[in-house]
Amino acid sequence: MARYVLRRILLALPALLGLVLLTFVLVRVVPADPAAMLAGDAATPAQIAEIRARYGLDQPLWQQAVTHVRQVLTGDLGSSIFSGRPVVEEIGFRLPATLELTFVALLLSVVLGVPLGLLAALDHNGPVDQIVRLLSVGGLAIAGFWLAIMLQLVFSMELDLLPLRGRMDVALGNPPRFSGLFLLDSLLAGRFDMAGNALKHLVLPAVTLCLPGLASIARFTRSGVLETLQKDFVLYARAAGYSPFRLATIYVLRNAVTVTVTQVGLLFGALISGAVAVEAIFDWPGLGTYAVQAILAADYKALLAVTLVVGVVYAVVNVLVDVVQALVDPRVAEQLK
Amino acid sequence: MSDMLADSPEAAPSLLSVRDLAVHIRTDGGLARILDGVSFDLPPGGTLGIVGESGCGKSTLLRAILGILPKGARVPQGQVLFQGQDILRAPVRGRIGFIPQDPYLSLNPVFRAGDQLLEGMRRHASGSRDEHRRKLVSLFQAVQLPEPENALDKYPHQFSGGQRQRLLIAAALACDPDLVVADEPTTALDVTTQLEILALLRGLTAERGMGLLFVTHDFGVLSAVCEDVAVLYAGRVADWGPTGNVLADPRHPYTRMLLACHPDRATDLVGIPGTVPAATAQPPGCRFHPRCPIARPVCSQAVPEPLRIFDGSRVACPFHADPLPEVALG
Repeated sequence: MARYVLRRILLALPALLGLVLLTFVLVRVVPADPAAMLAGDAATPAQIAEIRARYGLDQPLWQQAVTHVRQVLTGDLGSSIFSGRPVVEEIGFRLPATLELTFVALLLSVVLGVPLGLLAALDHNGPVDQIVRLLSVGGLAIAGFWLAIMLQLVFSMELDLLPLRGRMDVALGNPPRFSGLFLLDSLLAGRFDMAGNALKHLVLPAVTLCLPGLASIARFTRSGVLETLQKDFVLYARAAGYSPFRLATIYVLRNAVTVTVTQVGLLFGALISGAVAVEAIFDWPGLGTYAVQAILAADYKALLAVTLVVGVVYAVVNVLVDVVQALVDPRVAEQLK
Repeated sequence: MSDMLADSPEAAPSLLSVRDLAVHIRTDGGLARILDGVSFDLPPGGTLGIVGESGCGKSTLLRAILGILPKGARVPQGQVLFQGQDILRAPVRGRIGFIPQDPYLSLNPVFRAGDQLLEGMRRHASGSRDEHRRKLVSLFQAVQLPEPENALDKYPHQFSGGQRQRLLIAAALACDPDLVVADEPTTALDVTTQLEILALLRGLTAERGMGLLFVTHDFGVLSAVCEDVAVLYAGRVADWGPTGNVLADPRHPYTRMLLACHPDRATDLVGIPGTVPAATAQPPGCRFHPRCPIARPVCSQAVPEPLRIFDGSRVACPFHADPLPEVALG
């Protein structure tokens, strides 16, 4: 298993290298000129040329690409041409915020989506199935930004139950930094007031973000369970007198979720891209808002770094998905040996 | 051969008694009358084979006995009595062991064999989990499963097909049932393994005094395993009697033609003209009459009652003594 994981990681490297090159070319061929942006409106052409030379932007594109890849390979993602700070440092602060949000959203999708799918399948074409179908169509169809604003209006503005924006009340400060995940760090520090506050801040953005994932997980689980229920081994288990509850919850579900697990890996990409809009609306200081700022400022170093980090996270999640798959299905584990 | 007419209340109670059983399933194509007026008896410790073509209702019959009829199935008439108890209303578990048709598909691939077998015992056998484990290991020895001690911890895919079928036989015996129901348990296996498994199954059930209900479409298997046979056609029993007699001297035109189709017996292979009617469109009267070479007008009007003949066999054809035309017998 360990060898398999290692091999998967090694296999992800060429893909990531391709990602670095491709995004570099894409970012550099767009007609925005970082040097001009950096120099400001009042700059003279000479000043712009000077900045261009300082950042190596006057070199041929291929040479810039080689330099960029070489820097990335040595772990140097460069500095933001906007703030001047190393992008690694800036991302280091923002990545945990996004990870915290996406993990909680993913958790909600799975914890709610799998049982909903199971219930729908067990009541095939019955009322529960219809309700879940309606919910999942809604979850996929409702635009996240609209829902986010509605939730803010209802739960923050009208009912005043949940905070409107941010990760934590400013008055509380930040928990001592350990993982960068406020919820975890608060708990580790024994600050339950902070944990509660972080959780409150998480609710609305996480609910907004989880809906499409929840909907598709419910659908996949439902079809997985329906398919599994047709299997001979379910009939056999019924004949052998398994308890119907255990049959459905453990025996059938474990087969059914093999499809769902793969789905979760794919979903993670959608979650991260969905996070851009959600973070912007809830003013969540994550990678999404950072990427938006970088795009608007033509801060190509920051943008390239964000893309790479997201690519790495995505690759890691997919290796994890394979590991989980092997844990769920021993036949997969066998193939990995 | 005991008298199989268990109609009179004084007769010794059968282990399994199917009385005038009908099973209907609503389908998109209309009402499927899968089984219609099926009756037979299985004495304690006896062996009965159920034969018939695919689509004749064998599987539905088994599912009715096992209490796992599909959703939408209705039982408009009849009873299935197990030790005198109507199990259609209250299915019994544990006292009827089941050996499924396909050992490859009948075990859940993502659970250890032991966990799957122990779940049924947990619910339906007395004793602790440790006792159940020991019991299974001793049954694994009895069914000659290699490395019986380790088998519980293996996953299904780590066994061969023959080994899985041994595993399932052990599982069927695990709760000390009085009846074992086997659904073509050897069709998925190669011929050499088939014979071993059959001998094993017959030996183990006989040794333990268990009744065996055995579904097959293989006459060779039938004569090797079953004392009695019931031939099913389109959801009705055509012939029911001692296997030797039915095979040597088949009565119902369907059974006669079916046996004539068998490659071992036929001098010249001919099939039975026509096809098994769809369960949603059963012909009136005798369901075999559209394909029967000796059908008379009455056959399309009246459902033939099973007739008792000299050896205790029953045949659902009033014209069973009529000769069939040569061409129909090949």
